[in-house]
Parts: sequence; C-alpha cells; structure tokens
Amino acid sequence: MTILIAVLALLALAVVFGALLGFASEKFRVEGDPIVDQIDALLPQTQCGQCGHPGCRPYAEAIAEGEDHNRCPPGGEQTIQDLSDLLGREVLPLDGEADSADVKKVAFIREAECIGCTKCIQACPVDAIVGAARQMHTVIADECTGCDLCVEPCPVDCIDMIEVPPTLTTWGWSRPDGVGKTPERLINVVNLR
Amino acid sequence: MNLISVTSPHTTGPSRTQRVMAQVLLATLPGLAVLCGLFGWGSLINVVWACAAALACEAAVLRLRGKPVGFHLADGSALVTAVLLALAIPPTAPWWLTLVGVGFAIIFAKQLYGGLGMNPFNPAMAGYVLLLISFPVDMTRWLPPFEAPDLATSLQLFLGRDHGIDALTGATPLDSLRTWAGDAAALAAQPALHGTFAGLGWEWVNLAFLAGGLWLLWRRVITWHIPAALLGALALCALPFWLHDSARFASPLFHLFSGAAMFGAFFIATDPVSAATSRTGRLIYAALIGVLIWVIRSFGGYPDAMAFAVLLLNLAAPTIDYYTQPRSYGHSKPKRGIGG
Amino acid sequence: MSLLSRLLPRRRFDFHGGIHPPERKALSNGTPIRPGPMPAQLILPLTMHIGAPARPLVQVGDRVLKGEKIAEASGPVSVPVHAPSSGVISAIEPRPIQHPSGLDAPCIVLDTDGEDRWTALHPHPDFRAIPRPELLALIREAGIAGLGGAGFPTAIKLNLRDNQRIEQLILNAVECEPYITADDRLMRERAPALIRGIEILRYLVQPAETIVAIEDNKPEAIAAMRAAAEGTGIRIMTVPTKYPSGGEKQLIRLVTGKEVRSGGIPAEIGVVCQNIGTAYAVERAVVHGEPLIRRITTLTGEAFTQPGNVETLIGTPVQALLEAGGVTQPHRGRLIMGGPMMGFSIDHPMSPVVKTSNCIIAAPLTELPEPAPEQSCIRCGACADVCPAELLPQQLYWYSKAGEFDRARHYNLLDCIECGACSYVCPSNIPLVQYYRYAKAELRKQAAEHQKADRARERFEARTARIEKEKAEKEARRQARLAANRVKQAPDAAAPPAQADLKKAVNDASAAYKTAVKAAKEAEASGADNAVALRAEAERLKAHADALKANLRDAKAAGPAAPAHDDGLPALKKAVADASAAYKAAVKAMKDVEAGGDGDIDALRADTERLKAEADRLKAALRDAKAAAPAVVAAPVQEDPVAALKKAVADASSAYKAAVKAAKEAEASGDGDLDALRAEAERLKPTGSKPNCVTPRRRPRPHHHQPHRQPPRLRPPAMTRSKNATSA
Ligand code: SF4
Ligand code: SF4
Ligand code: SF4
Ligand code: SF4
Repeated sequence: MTILIAVLALLALAVVFGALLGFASEKFRVEGDPIVDQIDALLPQTQCGQCGHPGCRPYAEAIAEGEDHNRCPPGGEQTIQDLSDLLGREVLPLDGEADSADVKKVAFIREAECIGCTKCIQACPVDAIVGAARQMHTVIADECTGCDLCVEPCPVDCIDMIEVPPTLTTWGWSRPDGVGKTPERLINVVNLR
Repeated sequence: MNLISVTSPHTTGPSRTQRVMAQVLLATLPGLAVLCGLFGWGSLINVVWACAAALACEAAVLRLRGKPVGFHLADGSALVTAVLLALAIPPTAPWWLTLVGVGFAIIFAKQLYGGLGMNPFNPAMAGYVLLLISFPVDMTRWLPPFEAPDLATSLQLFLGRDHGIDALTGATPLDSLRTWAGDAAALAAQPALHGTFAGLGWEWVNLAFLAGGLWLLWRRVITWHIPAALLGALALCALPFWLHDSARFASPLFHLFSGAAMFGAFFIATDPVSAATSRTGRLIYAALIGVLIWVIRSFGGYPDAMAFAVLLLNLAAPTIDYYTQPRSYGHSKPKRGIGG
Repeated sequence: MSLLSRLLPRRRFDFHGGIHPPERKALSNGTPIRPGPMPAQLILPLTMHIGAPARPLVQVGDRVLKGEKIAEASGPVSVPVHAPSSGVISAIEPRPIQHPSGLDAPCIVLDTDGEDRWTALHPHPDFRAIPRPELLALIREAGIAGLGGAGFPTAIKLNLRDNQRIEQLILNAVECEPYITADDRLMRERAPALIRGIEILRYLVQPAETIVAIEDNKPEAIAAMRAAAEGTGIRIMTVPTKYPSGGEKQLIRLVTGKEVRSGGIPAEIGVVCQNIGTAYAVERAVVHGEPLIRRITTLTGEAFTQPGNVETLIGTPVQALLEAGGVTQPHRGRLIMGGPMMGFSIDHPMSPVVKTSNCIIAAPLTELPEPAPEQSCIRCGACADVCPAELLPQQLYWYSKAGEFDRARHYNLLDCIECGACSYVCPSNIPLVQYYRYAKAELRKQAAEHQKADRARERFEARTARIEKEKAEKEARRQARLAANRVKQAPDAAAPPAQADLKKAVNDASAAYKTAVKAAKEAEASGADNAVALRAEAERLKAHADALKANLRDAKAAGPAAPAHDDGLPALKKAVADASAAYKAAVKAMKDVEAGGDGDIDALRADTERLKAEADRLKAALRDAKAAAPAVVAAPVQEDPVAALKKAVADASSAYKAAVKAAKEAEASGDGDLDALRAEAERLKPTGSKPNCVTPRRRPRPHHHQPHRQPPRLRPPAMTRSKNATSA
C-alpha cells in the first residue's frame, strides 16, 4: 500500500512538473528568426562560392538541411565556432585551406589596362564593379567583399587583390604579447635634438 | 634618441607581485619562530626543505611546459606555497612527507591548471589535504609544546628514523577537545586545553600569526575583509553553543586561538587566486569558511578543518563571484550571466 | 534648486576607486605662462576634434592671414580650422599627426612668414546683446572643440533642446592627471577672463547653478578664482585630490551625486560639463573675436631644461616645443602627448600640437622607466578596488585576452574610460588598458564587418533577383518567338528521317566522348596508368563525333527541305566570336611568353596559327550558313547539333585546361612526369577552341580541378596539392 502511494505520488509529481515545464516552454518560447536566417547572419557574406554554393544564403540553406558547417574559408574558425554554438553541432576543422591570413583585401582594377569586357561585372556577386561594355571598369572598394571571383574571368589580368591599409578609424591597438613580454614598441627618432 | 611607445598609463604604482610574495613570506616569520620555540627545529627544517623541493618542482614543470623558468620562479609564488604548506605540516614530519605534499601542491594543484593565477584551489591546502588523507598518522603527530626536542632529534625525525616517536607525541588542544567533548571532568583534566588564555602552546602560535597578519594588513598586502569575516564568523558560531553547553562546545576564544585559525585567516584564505574577488564576495567567502571550520571542528571527523573549509569554498568562489558582481557606473543593476 | 538646499551645507559625494599617483606638478607650475615659439611651419590636421574632418578652403600657394578660416566644418559634428599665423599654404597632404597609431592624416601645412599679421576680427564685448543661436554659431565658427579631453565640438554640447533644463553647469578645472599644470597656471594668471568665459557659457546654458571644480592641490588657483568670481554667483568648489576625478562622469558624480546613464550624455540628467580651458577659448572667441588658434600647453618631464607652460600656436610641431623647452638628449625615453595616465606616445616629433594637446612630456627612462614584463594575473582584485567605473577589470582582462569580446562587452567593457588606474595598481604589470583598447577595437571591427556583411547580403540578393528577372524575361521572349515560329512552320516541323538518325548518332558520339573524357579525368586524378590510353580513346571518339557532325552539317546544307533554324546563326556567330577571342587570347599569351622568354613559344605560335585557321574556318561556315539561311526555315528541334558541338568544344577545352593545370602543378612541385604532361596538354590542345586558359593563371588553386566554377565545391578531401602532382 505504502509503495503504491509512493509510486502514485511520484507519478503525480512527474505529471505536474511535466505540465509545468511544457507550459513554461510554450509560454517563454523565443520566437527566433527561421534557422536559415540565423545561419545566414553568421556567414561572412563574402559570396565567394568557396563553400560550393553560389553564395552564402544557399549555403545557409544547405547547412540547415544538414550539410557540414565547416566549408566557409572566409569565415574561418570563428564562423565554425559560432555555427556550432547556434546549431549545437560539433566543432569541425575547416574543410579546405584557410583564407590566407586575416588581411582584408579588395579588388583593384588597373584601369589603363581594362578593355571593358564586362566579364568581371558578370562575376561579381555583389555588383561592386561599375562600368559598361568597352568602357573601363572600376571597383567600389567599400562594397567589395574581397571574394576575388572577378580576378580569373578578366581576359587581360588587370585585376589585383590589394590589401586595405588601416586608417585612423579602422586602426586599433593590438593585443599585448602576453605573460613574460614587455608591452613596448621602440621607435627610433632621428631628428629629435 | 630612441623613444618607446607604450599604451597609457605611462607610469605604474609601486605594487609588484614579487614584493607581495616577499612580504607574505616575511609575515610568516613570527609564527615560524614560535613554532620552533615550542616544537623544536622541525618546522624550520620543513620550511627549508619544502622551499627547495618547491623550486625544483616548479622549475621542472616550467621547463616541461616550455615556459621561461627564471621569469616565473622569480614571482615567488612557489616559495609562498612551500612555506605555507611546511608550516601546516607537523614538525615531526619525515622528508618524504613534505616532498610529496609540496610536489602535489606545485605540480598538480598549481601548474597542471596552468600555473599562477589559474589554479582554482589553494595549492598549499590541496597538498595538505592530500597528505592528511593519505598519511593520517604522520600528519597528526604533533609534539607537546614546551618540550622541544634538540636539533639532532629533529634531524633524525626528518630523515625518517623513528626514535620511538610515538613516545614523544602528544595531543593538540583540538585533539583533546574532540576526544573528550561532552565530558566536563575529563576536559578539565586535559592539560592541553588549559593554556594561559586558550589551548596550551597553540595560543602563542596563533598570536604570532596574528601579529604577522596584522603587519600584512598594515602594509596593505591584504585587506581586512577576509580575516575579519572568517574569524568573526568562527567566533559568532562558537559563542551561542558555548554559552549553551560549555562542556561540549569550546569557547570562541579557544576556537580563535587554536589550530590553524589565525594562520588560515591571514595567510591561507587570503590567497587571492583561489578566493572570491569582489569585496562583498570576499566577505561571504571568508564567513562561510569560518562557519565550516566551526562545524567541522565541532561535529566532523577531523580535529581541525582549515584545509577542508578553504578548499570547499574555493569551489564555491566562482559562484560567489557570480552573485556579487558590482554594479557599474551608469547602470542600475549589476550584470549577471556569461553574456555573449 | 530650492532655497533650502542652497542654504544647507552641501553634501560631499565621492566616486568609487581612484588612485593617488605622484603628482609631479611642481616641475612646471612654478613659472608663468610664456609665449610659444614661432615655428617655420605649422601643421594643421583636419581632424583635431571628434567628428568629420574639416574641409579645406584654401589651395597650395594661397597666402593667408592669422585667424583666417582655412577649413570649414564638413557636417554637424565638425569644426573649422583657422590659420594660427600669417603665411603661405605650402601643402595639403597626409602628415604624421597626434594619434597613437602613428598613421598619417590629411593636414594643411602653413609656412609662416614671421609677420604674424591678423585678419580682421569681430569682437563682441557685450555678448548678452547677441541672441543665443548666433552666439552658438560664433563659437562653432571659432573652431572651438573641448580643450581638455577628446575634443568634442563645444557648440554641440552647449546646444540644448528647447525644453531642456540644466541644473548644473560644471567647469572642469580639476586637472587630476599628474604633471599637467596648464589649467592651474591659466587660472592663476587669467582668472577674470575665465570668469567672463564662464559667464558666456552660463548665458548660453542658463543653469540653476554654476560650479568650478578645482582639486585641492592648487591653492593659488583656487584663491585667484575665488577672488575673480566674487559676486557672480559662480561657485568655486574644491574636490579632494584623487585620480581620475577629472573624468567627466566621475566629476559629475563627485559634484552632484548623479550618475550619467551608460551610453547617455550628461545633459540627460541636467548637467553640462565644460573644460576650463574651453571657457577661456570661448571668451577669446566672443569678447575678442579670436578663433581658437592657440592654447596653453604644459612642457614637462625631466628631459626639459626649461619646463613650464607655453601659450603655443596650434599646429606647432612638437619638435619646436622641445627646442623651446631646451630638451636635453636622453638616450632613451618617452615622448608623450597628454598626461602620463591617459596620454599617448607620439611616434614622430613633427606631429603637431592640436586643440586638445594640454601637455607634452619628455621623460628619460630614469623618470618613466620601461614597463616591466607582464606577469600572470593573481586575481588580487586591486584593479577592481580602484576602477572608477566600478568594473571588474580582471574579468575584462581575462575575456579580452581570450578573445571573448562579447563577454567583455557584457561585463560593460564599453563603460571603461581607459583611465589606467587598474594598470597603475596591477602588481603583475599587466597592460590592462591595452587589452581593453584591443578588445574595443575588435568589437568595432566586428560591428563594421557585420554592417558590411549585411550590405553585401542585400546587394547579393538584389543582384540574384535581377538576374532571375532577366532570365525570366529572356525565357518569355524566347517562348513567344517559338510560339510564333511554330505557327508559321507547323507543316514541315519534322526533320527528314535520315537527318534525325544522323543527329542521334552525333549525340551518341558526343555522349560517348564525354564519358570517355570523364573516365580519363578520373583516371588522371587517381593516378591510374591507363589515363593516357583513356585520353587517346576520348580523342578517337571526339574525332568520330566531329566527323558525324560534319556529315550532319553537310546533310543540312544539302537537303533543300532541311530547315536551318534561326537559332543556328547566332550560335555560329558566337562560335566565331569565341574562336576569335580565343585567338586573341592566344596571341596575348604568346606575347606574354615571348616577354618572359619562355621555351614553348614555338608551340604557342603554332597553336595560335591553328586557332586562327579554325576561326577563319568557322567564319567561312558562318558565311555559308548565312547564305543558306534565307532559303531555309527553322525547326526548333534542330538546335541540338550546334549545341552539342559547342558542348563538345567546351568539354575538350576543359580537359585541356585540366591538363595544363596538372602540368603547372607538376612543374611547381618539380615532378618528373612534366614532359609527359606537357605532351598530353599539347595533344589535347588542338581539340579545344578556347585556349584562353593558356594565359598564365595568376593563382593556381588546387581545389579548382575544374577550371569553371559551376560546381565550385571545395577540393574533395583526398585531392591535395601533392596528390595531384604525383598522380598527374
Ligand atoms: S564560402 Fe564564400 S559563399 Fe560560401 S558561405 Fe563562406 S563566404 Fe559565403
Ligand atoms: S569586385 Fe571582385 S573581389 Fe570584390 S566583391 Fe566583386 S568579384 Fe569579389
Ligand atoms: S590588479 Fe592585476 S593581478 Fe590584480 S586582479 Fe587586477 S589584473 Fe589581476
Ligand atoms: S581603465 Fe577602465 S577598467 Fe581600468 S580602472 Fe579605468 S575605467 Fe576601470
């Protein structure tokens, strides 16, 4: 009899808590963006196609459908980490080689050599190149994502990927070297009397 | 001219980790002196041996981890660990006991967690607890005070030659209290319990550590929060029970001046690495240590409890920190959670 | 402010933390303010303030007078720049400026003529006669930006919303940083002018009370100000010496007990805070009509033989001030603009003094020694004890160091005022402030990247949508045309059976060819030794398909009933265009190679010749087809042969490209089969009609096994660079 009561009591408790939990999860549910949007928000939007999809959004869709989330070289480790956090998946090593270093690059057209073939315009996924047929073209550096998709199609090879130099607004202090190091930079000043 | 370019500030205060550590070491001297006076050379031998062992262990691990050995040894934290552990170990301890304790403290409790600043537990206390659990007999062989053996005997003990050591040992005040608690007549018959104002001999040890601790306070090496909260909580717990049943529970004064109370309050619990960080957090942290000490002393299986209490609260320190975040300027509430 | 609270003694407030670094003010506060040097060149950065850079109004070669406006404000948050002396504009170009980065920024360079001739000034001694908006405009036009701190345009801070009530106007004369004595000397020597300036600010802001806060380590300044403020109702308040009580937020707390909301501005809580130096600049601008062209700067540090305060022209190179102060030459040292707690090292002594430069410190290492190496944080909590923003600096440090910037932000990193108190007390010499600056810069970078990513996404989506639309339109047009054709040619839509057979044969042949090519490629990739044989087979098949195609063409041309469809012509035209493009590319490649003096030049030339021939042949075909076209009619089904042809051509050229690539990789890795591969490439080449891949590829990409990006999967895991090279 006592056992029965105990069992019943436990059962009742289980039911009550289950109901509470269910209620809470309904009541406090976070109405998030659809998962594809959330994934897309984490991708770097370079639109370079290195993940095997024609752009970041299609890759986001593919990830949502189960594709591995480690195929975006421009995003690098950080993006993989963020995606793993979002999706609750394991952190995978980057599939493919990392984009060479962190230096931001933008395309630059040597305009004197441009023959105006429009091939780069067709290649650019973000319409960052302006120009018309047989006119010289130029890159809107601010809009260029540095995907370098325009470099190959150019028949006269007049597109370079150049590093973006720091400006007063983008410059920032670097990380100190850490324990055991003196945080100091030596400047040699010659004309100081 | 060569200029150096550094982030501001371009000037720094006088406080240095090395200096902090050196001052802590200096402040232990009165305690060490009294220990030696009461129990012979054993403690001094322990301290010297422990320091050597600690430096060797630390250097070895640093080399294995590929860190600059000299740079890290110079911060003095290994020495502090060694000295604190050696002071806690009975003066009768053989060399291997100290070695095991120090080795564990330095290698496992400190370096394997990433070295200074990364260890969640107080290394000295971790080493102490390991010894206490593994070698309970060796770790409880205290000598009766005022009967200090000569240097030769101490050395023999250190080398592990058992000179009828059991004949030499005597119960500490806390041991006696444990054994006879509840029996008023027996308690009255215990000489260890009746010193000048607290447990025989140990009152002086504690007084010496109190003096060292006060010096640290005065030098601003530590703040008052942890010692005050710890001792206050210990005394406050003891008071009502002692008033209620003095045959079973010891007086607050006895608690404050027995065992490792002062030593722990000023030298162990104040270890900043493993303590809580904010001021409120430190008050809570230390008060809980005080409560735990009293509980374990009064009801637990061990006569003294500093090491256990400190380690338990080390575990709780992150949680305490979490709930004692300060409210920042311009915010109405403290920030909680891990963010991100 | 009720009368009662006015009468009651004021409560003293305090802010959390703070430190007491050695003041070292005696170095420079003993001598009166001296006039600064007249340098040969003045360098005027267009960004001396927070906000948009000013826009130059002058050109190189222009002659300007002292006080003339040479650059105008370029937006609401911006201030103009004036010529600090008369002379000639010698350059407008990037120069080293007052910035810790040591980067150059656009500056107007003025070669002084030594005459120091003023332009016409418009003083307004009776400022109360001027309506407030005009007064504000005057202040803005005088180029005044906060002289004590970051250089925020003063007129903006004074421009309140209509319904805004200001309780306290606080004049920040605290000067809590060690070493600096500019405000101290200013107050001692020019208190009446300062009080006039404060009266102007009062008139603009209409506060319930006006407080000048001075640290109690400047008794002479306090006395001078008290005397000057007599009877004006301006309160001179002493605050205890503690760094950083001069921080705006800390001072507000200290004076009023109120706190500025995180991310908010003081005006929200009814407080306006101005630097005392700004009040002086306002007085000069309004009462004397002088724009902001000079300021008081402290020259201090043990390297100066004559330290003290100078009234220096803005734009004076630091070099000139060092000379004026008689800097001896220490072997190594620090050159700091600003105070020792929050100033920054300057990389270049030709950096100019700007509106915000209140101090130049030249200190040998004996005075400000090299920082000690960073040690491990021992969590001592000293930093939290002194943080005036009540943060947990060590927590922020752990997060910043570990790169967890979001967490650092969660713990209010952005409320850190970078005062340096934490670094000052840290026993482990951790450059905490640098960690915070680094973390803040990373957060800024992340935000910028995020913004850019959003824009890229929008643009990408817009482009995708546009392409879709274009495609849809094209498709619609094609359908319409097809429908029209079908109506016209319905009776004889079907091709003659013989031709249908032929077509099928062609298709089969090209399919076979494709399979063969594929097999060959796979074999190559996996390094099978029958790759060459497979290639040969593919070649054979290709020849076969070509022959069949030729037959088909003949049949089409021959059969009068055989309809040549109208799509054929454009396709042929395209083929011709492709061929000539290929030819051109080949010519270019050839030239490149010639220039580079490479060996294959003969092969390339032959190739080029061949391409030209092919292009000519195709052109001829086109001509023929055109000639035939009028006579024949189109059937849609017959798009096929040409498409197949084109496809075959494309396949062949991809095969060729792959081969070339393999050859290059092999070359790069110095592999032995190079000759075989080259031969293979050569062999494949004649079938390709688009050899623009002969142009050297700038960036060999191992994962682009297929030269086209259509299926741009990353390289399959097994195909690494070396594998390719050895297998090929
Ligand atoms: S690889 Fe390129 S296209 Fe793919 S998700 Fe990353 S940035 Fe976007
Ligand atoms: S310009 Fe070139 S590199 Fe830049 S986004 Fe467009 S295609 Fe990519
Ligand atoms: S002052 Fe330095 S060592 Fe102490 S807690 Fe702060 S960062 Fe760590
Ligand atoms: S620099 Fe930032 S964290 Fe450090 S004391 Fe100042 S406000 Fe606090």
